[in-house]
Amino acid sequence: MHTTLAFLSIFEGYTGEEVRSIFVMQSFSGLSLFAVFLLMALGLAIIFGQMKVINMAHGEFLTIGAYTTVFMSDLVEKSVPSALPWYFPVAVVAAFFVAGAVGFVVEVGMIRFLYKRPLDTLLATFGLSMILQQVFRLIFGAREDSAVMPDWLMGSWALTEITEIPINGMFLLGTAIGVTGLVYLLMYRSRWGLRVRATVQNREMAGAVGINTKMTDRWTFALGCGIAGVAGAVFTTIGSVSPSAGQLYIVDTFLVVVFGGAGSLIGTIASAFAIAQSQSILEFFLDGVLAKVFILLTIVGILMIRPQGLVVSKIRR
Amino acid sequence: MIPASFTSPFRRATRAVLTTATLLAAATATAQVKDADFISGHTNPVLDKYPTAKVNTTGLLVDDNFVTVGQLHSVTGTMAISETGSVEAERLAISQINAEGGVLGRQIKVIFEDGGSDWPTFAEKAKKLLVSDKVGTVFGCWTSASRKAVLPVFEKENGMLYYPTFYEGLEASKNVIYTGQEATQQIIWGLDWAHTERGAKSFFLIGSDYIWPRTSNKIARIHIERFLKGCKVVGEEYYPLGHTNFGSLINKVKLKKPDCIYSVVVGGSNVSWYKQLNAAGITGKSLAKKGQILLTISTTEDELLGIGGENAEGFYACMKYFQSLENDNNKKFVAAFKERYGSDSVIGDVTQAAYLGPWLWKLTVEKAGSFDIDAISAASGGIEFPEAPEGYVRIHDTNNHLWSKARLGEMTEDGQFVVLAESDELIQPNPFPEGYK
Repeated sequence: MHTTLAFLSIFEGYTGEEVRSIFVMQSFSGLSLFAVFLLMALGLAIIFGQMKVINMAHGEFLTIGAYTTVFMSDLVEKSVPSALPWYFPVAVVAAFFVAGAVGFVVEVGMIRFLYKRPLDTLLATFGLSMILQQVFRLIFGAREDSAVMPDWLMGSWALTEITEIPINGMFLLGTAIGVTGLVYLLMYRSRWGLRVRATVQNREMAGAVGINTKMTDRWTFALGCGIAGVAGAVFTTIGSVSPSAGQLYIVDTFLVVVFGGAGSLIGTIASAFAIAQSQSILEFFLDGVLAKVFILLTIVGILMIRPQGLVVSKIRR
Repeated sequence: MIPASFTSPFRRATRAVLTTATLLAAATATAQVKDADFISGHTNPVLDKYPTAKVNTTGLLVDDNFVTVGQLHSVTGTMAISETGSVEAERLAISQINAEGGVLGRQIKVIFEDGGSDWPTFAEKAKKLLVSDKVGTVFGCWTSASRKAVLPVFEKENGMLYYPTFYEGLEASKNVIYTGQEATQQIIWGLDWAHTERGAKSFFLIGSDYIWPRTSNKIARIHIERFLKGCKVVGEEYYPLGHTNFGSLINKVKLKKPDCIYSVVVGGSNVSWYKQLNAAGITGKSLAKKGQILLTISTTEDELLGIGGENAEGFYACMKYFQSLENDNNKKFVAAFKERYGSDSVIGDVTQAAYLGPWLWKLTVEKAGSFDIDAISAASGGIEFPEAPEGYVRIHDTNNHLWSKARLGEMTEDGQFVVLAESDELIQPNPFPEGYK
């Protein structure tokens, strides 16, 4: 009994209320990590699920969203400081459109030539990620940048005397749920989503019944990039922006998508939740580095037994 | 008032050609005059005393008029964020030295190489600078990893490196001058301050997962447990470089309630760390209410630019330099830096240390009366630089590190520091501390 509960020794000497409050706060930090992972992975999952393109520049589309936010924040601060408390939601929407537009251009200029060559898209998007990083560096400089946060997004909400819930975490969670909901509606409740799903299931047949599969691909790619832009924009509430910031997220993003069963919406959500919760819990009882090692090993182990990931989407090959 | 005849297109073209030709001729003439002056020694009066044959016996890139030095930093890749300030400061110092007449009458030229945040590239470029370019000295590197990568090259090819960053110590090479603080100069005095001035008895050590934070926290832990009475370490944790989610760590800190949160988090992680502390209700003010403090050795004005002062207000940092230091040397330095790089640029601890490099090298060359590496290496001990922005510094007689003061600053909302305390004396550099192993 003693050995099994040894890890609980961290709570020794604390009152019941303290332990309860830590439990609540810790659950919430797991949830906000889940929101982060979900937002990162959603765009990539859509793109991969639809056209089997492995977008190595996904992190840079996040960065585009983040820089859009920083740019808007600078603009508003200089020209209309009175709008500072309310610019942020506008910036998130702008980030969606800017990143989406860049994604559209990239699809037209590069990706569409490579659909039959998955390995080449891997290399090409990797190259694109380096080019974009250098472009950010030339435009915004090499230093870390931050958007000015409106006051209502800062600080914490005191549930009790000692239980404090971060407001930016709640905002992240809200955005993640909202974006996932919209994607669900778009994919499963709209004509456009029907066309996307038809294309995914059987490209030739979809084409034969009159669906323009090329345009469907193009808009899906733009949508995925736009969602990455939204993720980048809301991440400015918890981190900073630098030209290479995308690199910080790309590994976790791929981890979530691959573990979830590439391309499945439900799989992505489940995988983001599982990874986020175990990381958060392990970080609390062990430490950051050990948590990471443990999670990577576990995922490698699971993928060896189940290489298709958690959820398999039905595709006719 | 252009005469009407000049307005025809043909005439205009002719005039343009003529003007250009005249300018070119004038320029050539000036250049010839200058060369003649140099050859007869008129603009380089010290040449008689320091002929090139005497000051450069090892085939360095030094002639009668110029000495060429190397600069080796990352301006691309993840470290560009931090190294940019060092590149700028070294350039500023070099142009100031040139304006004063150069070194031994020779103007300094710079060959810049980009390490690209990649350690093997650093080694390769160091070799290029020393072997093909034969530069007189190199100002460069930032991370310990890059320094460790170039060190064998500098020792083998017998070059000289001026290294600006505060670092973990445990090194002293005759081919490197360390212008930043080694670990003991930054850590011990700061912990003593936290203990005696703020009554801190329990410490939570936090770091990014690589050699500098780990070594620093090791020294901190030994100092706390062996040398501070009744003090203890209640936690020691590391997070991967670039980690952006500190929720669990913050909860653990809340649970343990340390008197002092001791932070050695670096790079982009820094921003996430402070933003999330703020979001979790841990601010300078809220800590002060509970008699706690946050003390860091890894956050300078450079990082605060990204973090945003509003997220870090009321936290403390132990450094040797802050941009807000009130002394005449520093006021001049800050003014010159801002004039050159813009009024919104900031200067952190390492940027200042990088600025010292070219000046220390100039003073050493002048003391040695030679550009030869062996002569510089032998003359370095005891070199004094009273005009340093941080105040008087001196190179240690034997270990090539600097004697410098330690200072304690409180972060403010505008991303600067208010200096609260400084060590009475210069602190002796001690890269191999006894009793801290």
